Amino acid sequence: MAVKQVNPTRMELSRLKKKLNTATRGHKLLKDKRDELMRRFLEMVRENRALRIKVEEQLRQANANFVLAKSSMSDETLKAALLAPKQEVYVSTSYRNVMSVDIPVFETDTRTPDPNDIYSYGFAFTSADLDDAVKSLADVLPDLIKLAEIEKSCQLMADEIEKTRRRVNALEHVMIPETQEQIRYITRKLDENERSTQTRLMKVKDMMLQQAHGY
Amino acid sequence: MSERIAVFGDKESVYGFAALGLDTYFFDPAQDNVAAFRKLCQSQSYSIIYITEAAASFLEKEIEKYRSEPSPAIILIPGVTGNTGEGMAAVKLSVEKAVGSDIFNE
Repeated sequence: MAVKQVNPTRMELSRLKKKLNTATRGHKLLKDKRDELMRRFLEMVRENRALRIKVEEQLRQANANFVLAKSSMSDETLKAALLAPKQEVYVSTSYRNVMSVDIPVFETDTRTPDPNDIYSYGFAFTSADLDDAVKSLADVLPDLIKLAEIEKSCQLMADEIEKTRRRVNALEHVMIPETQEQIRYITRKLDENERSTQTRLMKVKDMMLQQAHGY
Repeated sequence: MSERIAVFGDKESVYGFAALGLDTYFFDPAQDNVAAFRKLCQSQSYSIIYITEAAASFLEKEIEKYRSEPSPAIILIPGVTGNTGEGMAAVKLSVEKAVGSDIFNE
């Protein structure tokens, strides 16, 4: 591996050792975070799939009901019946923190508490099929909102997992080996310096002995 | 902070949602849907946007942009023309992104 140029000094060595320490600790923490995120994600995504299958089936039925309702009414009547809705749905979003991911929690509120306000028309000119259709759609709504909550959470968590995994890999395969290599380089260089000083001193001692006593 | 729910899709598929008190927006292939959809996403007044799979296939890029944003949640639903499997594909995409491959393949 290409080693980045470092100064072979003791100060640099202790700095790098500290850096390696931090990197290793960060790596361990991030790895734990990734594993836990993954566990939660898999749990949630399983729920997501099950719920989606359920909701899609319910929606299919609701749509079929609407087609049925439409077949027994004129277009104008239908349009007029659904033109002015009585009910309104409000959502308040709060966020729950799961492993540093803010996942949304949706709470719905309707304008009026009466569940029958979904029928925004007089019953005289519309077919009973329309009532059924609207009812079937209203029944899906809680699940549909739950689906939105879970699916969005899954998307956000998938994003965070991807990011965390990149960080873990960068630390594991780049940062940590690089620092270790630099530390090794400095240690070698310092050892070499020490050996060379030792030899020099021995040489000088020999020379001095030679001068003094004529060995 | 009280937001609303929007439903975006072809008229046949979404008009029923109006009765429930959701805001419906009709998808019209002849018009500039991208701009309309973008406006919807940026208006900050919708925290959930349901979009039919048929309409979503025209707006993939826009939807992709909001995947990693905390709000709004854009959720694909099957329309009256039937289930194209796009909604499930979106779930698969999340799994692939997180795990690396789709482990729920069946």
